Amino acid sequence: MNRPRLMAFAVAAALGLSNSAFAVSDQELKDLREQVRQMKLEYEKRIEALERRLQQAEQAAGKAEAAAGKAQETAVQAAVQASSRPVAENALNPGVSLVLNSVYANLSRDPRGFRIDGFVPTMGEIGPPARGLSLGESELVFAANIDPYFRGTLIASVSPDTNGAEIEEGYIQTLSLSNGFTIKAGRFFSGVGYLNQMHAHAWNFADAPLANKVFLGDRLAEDGVQFRWIAPTDLYVDVGLELGRGRKFPGGPDGGRNKNGFGSGVLFAHIGGDIGTGTAWQAGISYLSTSPRNRRFDDPDSTGTNVTNSYNGRSRLWALDGILKWAPNRNPTTTNFKLQGEYFRRREDGDLTYDTLAQSLGTQTGAFASRQSGWYLQGVYQFVRRWRAGYRYDRLNAGTTELGLVASGALAAADFPILSAYNPTRHTVMADWSPSEFSRIRLQFARDKSRLGATDNQVLLQYIMSLGAHGADKF
Amino acid sequence: MKTIIKLLLVLAFSMLSWPVSAALRVFACEPEWAALAQELAGDRVSVYSATTAMQDADRIEARPSLIARVRSADLLICTGSQMEIGWLPLLLTQSGNGRIQPGSPGYFEASRFVAKLEVPSVVDRSLGDIHPAGNPHIHTDPRNIAKVAEALTQRLAQIDPENADAYRARGKSFLERWRSAIEKWERQAAPLKGMPIVEHHRAFVYLVAWLGLKEVGTLEPIPGIPPTPSHLAGLVEAMRRQPAKAIVYSTYNDPKAAAFLSERTKIPAVMLPYSVGGTDKAKDLYGFFDDLIGRLLGVVK
Repeated sequence: MNRPRLMAFAVAAALGLSNSAFAVSDQELKDLREQVRQMKLEYEKRIEALERRLQQAEQAAGKAEAAAGKAQETAVQAAVQASSRPVAENALNPGVSLVLNSVYANLSRDPRGFRIDGFVPTMGEIGPPARGLSLGESELVFAANIDPYFRGTLIASVSPDTNGAEIEEGYIQTLSLSNGFTIKAGRFFSGVGYLNQMHAHAWNFADAPLANKVFLGDRLAEDGVQFRWIAPTDLYVDVGLELGRGRKFPGGPDGGRNKNGFGSGVLFAHIGGDIGTGTAWQAGISYLSTSPRNRRFDDPDSTGTNVTNSYNGRSRLWALDGILKWAPNRNPTTTNFKLQGEYFRRREDGDLTYDTLAQSLGTQTGAFASRQSGWYLQGVYQFVRRWRAGYRYDRLNAGTTELGLVASGALAAADFPILSAYNPTRHTVMADWSPSEFSRIRLQFARDKSRLGATDNQVLLQYIMSLGAHGADKF
Repeated sequence: MKTIIKLLLVLAFSMLSWPVSAALRVFACEPEWAALAQELAGDRVSVYSATTAMQDADRIEARPSLIARVRSADLLICTGSQMEIGWLPLLLTQSGNGRIQPGSPGYFEASRFVAKLEVPSVVDRSLGDIHPAGNPHIHTDPRNIAKVAEALTQRLAQIDPENADAYRARGKSFLERWRSAIEKWERQAAPLKGMPIVEHHRAFVYLVAWLGLKEVGTLEPIPGIPPTPSHLAGLVEAMRRQPAKAIVYSTYNDPKAAAFLSERTKIPAVMLPYSVGGTDKAKDLYGFFDDLIGRLLGVVK
């Protein structure tokens, strides 16, 4: 910008010089030259100064750029920090999740008359759902770490009818004991067998196996304490002990005995591992011991009166369970297979009191001894992403039930019709569709021979959906 | 009953005397962190990876063998950002191991040390299986690996102070080699800049950002929801107007959808290793990035 102006001046000066060449004297010419020289010097100085300033400005710009770079780096670091905030379970609120389910049932036999013949009734909810459409129990889960030492969980099941809400599980468990020890206390699903610990939404069929219904009253949830220890081996080995109140079948009476100490005890051990690149397995053995007092059940006697009987004595249950899961490369997204089975064996020795309320043939007490067993085996195959199909076979063996009152001739076998020797069986097939890991729609068909001489064809259409905090299901 | 208790006690005592090796036991949720721990600690650690590059780390079952490994772990290295939300909490609560619970030095979440992309402003499951803390597949940008390596070096030194100097020296040497490798990869990948690609799942978002690729679509209509015919038909149409250079899927994805789109559009489908161990070449972290870039360059040439 400065150079063109200088040039213009120089040109103008030169022109002026040549035009006035004849009119001015040598002295004047000299003076003029001197003036031009000085002007030139002055301008050169100014140019130099301007160039210096430009250089300074450029340096400043460079510094600014560096500063901007630093600012950007700081911003990135801030972004790292901001985006790396630890996301706890909804800040400090517990993780909350909800499981909704609903079922349509088409049953060929009246579900109100459901009974499993050959086995002492558990007086629990073991029958199929009501005919037609009905809302199932909604499950509400709250869980969070309490502090570095404990974790708390509450799972309530909200009944659609007048029963209101029931605490399925509500327990605390230790987090920091180390060396493989964990203690759980409160109400929790007992570690007896395998399926008993799983929540209904994680079951592969709409209902529990017959064996779980007759031996555990559908599900055993105990008020108590559980001690569990995992061995420091690569092969999974755990052993555990539960001491409980005995508040439910096979304990008794309902709600537990009025007694200090413990009403039931469970011992369990599991072993599990991997085979190859796609298979995982687990096997378990468990033992439940309890001494029920006045465990009641209702049964119509030979006169047709619905009498109340009661059992006092010991009840010991052995359970074996096994699970095998396969998925190609352990990636179950597209295809996978799960094989699961459990075997139960129960011994009860004690006294049976007939007609405790003296409504029919009069209250009488005699010895009672039974040896019974039952098992189920099921396989579920996911043949394509989202779609699964499964089959389950149930079988119960009524085994032997010795009744002192019948042996002595005081009463007849017909006075205890539900204890007659009968081996219930059931075939179940199901297919389900899971659009995402949070939703599932299932169609199930069962041919249920729980009742002596009456086959119940059951069609169930069900949805199970979970919302809220991401749950994690057990193996 | 008594005999059972005796038996259990005998079993318990026999287990207590199990041989214990001196090496630090590291449980890595994903193979990239297993590989990184190996790079940083060498034979001072024995590393177990819970998953492989053939598995979707979002869908893992808390199987018994994993519980057994967590039970004995001294250090747990996971991605975090809810990547392992469906299984890690169960492993932690079942393990009976206080050393690796969140908050203790033995619990290390890699994603806490890097800037995450795609942090959603709205969190709702109708948007698919989104992660409230941002996209958790951070390991596909080697600069993130470097940041995690720095943090992990410090953590190793904290947990095993006797060998702290050795970890720091090893960490420094790794970072030097790693940074020059990044420069090499960036040079090699120069032709990939601006290359439009279609992804199966947004598992390579960080790779895309690093190399300046351009993601123009995903085979999944929304995250975690498998490709639907109508969505694929829409992609075929979109590719006709503005074709991508490659359809990218990873080792754990079902290749059918990518093959379908590739066949309809004549755009090559490229299988990328999801992590270390995903392909024969991806033997370690270096091999993983060599193979990622090599496979993408194979499309350009």
